[in-house]
Amino acid sequence: MRRVFVVGTGLTRIGEHWDKSLRDLITEAILMAIDDASISTKDIEAIYVGNMSSGYLQGQEHLGSLVATWLGVPGVAACKVEAACGSGGAAFHQAYLAVASGLYDCVVASGVEKMTDAITSDVTSALIMADDQEYVAYMGATFVGLNALVYRYYMEKYNVRQEKIAAFSVHCHKYAKLNPYAQFRREVTLEEVLNSPMVADPIHLLEAAPIGDGAAAVILCSENFINRLKLKREVEVIASTLATDSISLYDREDLTTLKATRVAVEKAYKIAKVSPRDVDVLEVHDAFSILGVIHLEDLGFARKGEGWKLIEDGEVEVDGKIPTNLFGGLKARGHPIGATGIYQVVEITRQLQGRAGKCQVSDPELGLAQSVGGVGGTVVINLLKRVR
Amino acid sequence: MGVESVPRYWRERRYRYRLIGSECKKCGRRYYPPRKVCLNCGSRELTEVKLAETGRVLSYTTIRVPPRGFHEYVPYVIALIELDDGTKLLSQLTDVNPEEIKTGIRVVATFRKVREQSEDGIIQYGIKFKPI
Repeated sequence: MRRVFVVGTGLTRIGEHWDKSLRDLITEAILMAIDDASISTKDIEAIYVGNMSSGYLQGQEHLGSLVATWLGVPGVAACKVEAACGSGGAAFHQAYLAVASGLYDCVVASGVEKMTDAITSDVTSALIMADDQEYVAYMGATFVGLNALVYRYYMEKYNVRQEKIAAFSVHCHKYAKLNPYAQFRREVTLEEVLNSPMVADPIHLLEAAPIGDGAAAVILCSENFINRLKLKREVEVIASTLATDSISLYDREDLTTLKATRVAVEKAYKIAKVSPRDVDVLEVHDAFSILGVIHLEDLGFARKGEGWKLIEDGEVEVDGKIPTNLFGGLKARGHPIGATGIYQVVEITRQLQGRAGKCQVSDPELGLAQSVGGVGGTVVINLLKRVR
Repeated sequence: MGVESVPRYWRERRYRYRLIGSECKKCGRRYYPPRKVCLNCGSRELTEVKLAETGRVLSYTTIRVPPRGFHEYVPYVIALIELDDGTKLLSQLTDVNPEEIKTGIRVVATFRKVREQSEDGIIQYGIKFKPI
């Protein structure tokens, strides 16, 4: 396995892009990443496009060829990577493997989702495609509903009050306010979160990631490529792992743990020879407030049932023990499904480069991004390190 | 839900109309719907079994924002249920006021209409659960 570096990042603002199509968004993000890396489109050998629902929402599949066409680089290896809401993380994982294996020297890991073309019930239908269609979606379950089952179970099992968990939304909005490309650049209070409409009890609207459009991209390359083009060596991918779990909740032994997170992260820590203590900046997949809390536990930063204490004690803040979701997370930066895992990697990279603006952590060396598909059926862990 | 398809609906009817699952001969774990490989121990020796028809609610929620095709049924309750033989499954709760549901309540299986796909489409049936 060869060393793999991130040399360029690009993204679009997340929101309701009425004037931009899926192809516009992804092209914009990839071109920005190419320019950021100071390379040219002809250097690109492969493109991985994370996306979940283009087939259902746009009637458009075959994104690899589409993106190669719109970037003007026909001939490159390109394909879509799909792992539900973890598609972005999975695309990054594939891009990492492509460079690490020695097959390619310069590849694009990207992600895009164009959600606002559809009405809410169609987006709801698209999202539940992450779970078993024949026996879960069949009964009218929604993705929010499945997470609501987890939320209620968690509160009862650990005897935790809802406001302790809902505080994760408040945290995310506080930092999204500082992030120029976030979907919701404003703060919310705990009262607003708890008084917002119920989507599927106990999940309030302001505890759920919003619907939005967005695309993000990073350029991954080998050491040879960096030397050949005399690029700056700043950020290295020191581990990229992907694990699966049963697709539906009814097969789980413990509803309050995402086993795939534990499998993937333990493997990543082992490969990189690091521990949770070494992580300086963290991006977790908080599709719902409860997931933010559960992830903090499963990733090794808190004991089971105690993830909420990190929020209450300020440890997830920019100057805390484990600064988390400092660009607003899924809740407030936004969650354009297949792009989200790439946004996270862009954010971690910019933190390590010292380019995070008002969201900057002081002198971080190691960052972790966690991307989740479905109710934990897929989890991708990407560990990035600053190199001097 | 993908395309409306009669064969797709028809081939699952045996398991949607009755609580038939599978049991692993090696480790004893039961599954609904039935499957060919045990998730727990990897054994391929599974046999079809009639599952218990009573159980308890592990967790539940009321769906207020439904997927396409379920608008006329909101609000409705979905629940994670553990049958008395240990099998876990996801279903709807019926014949109950959502306010009266609590974790742990006892429920029994009942055959119900799930939805009509469209005016000319398939009428879908399945097993829901009601409080005992």
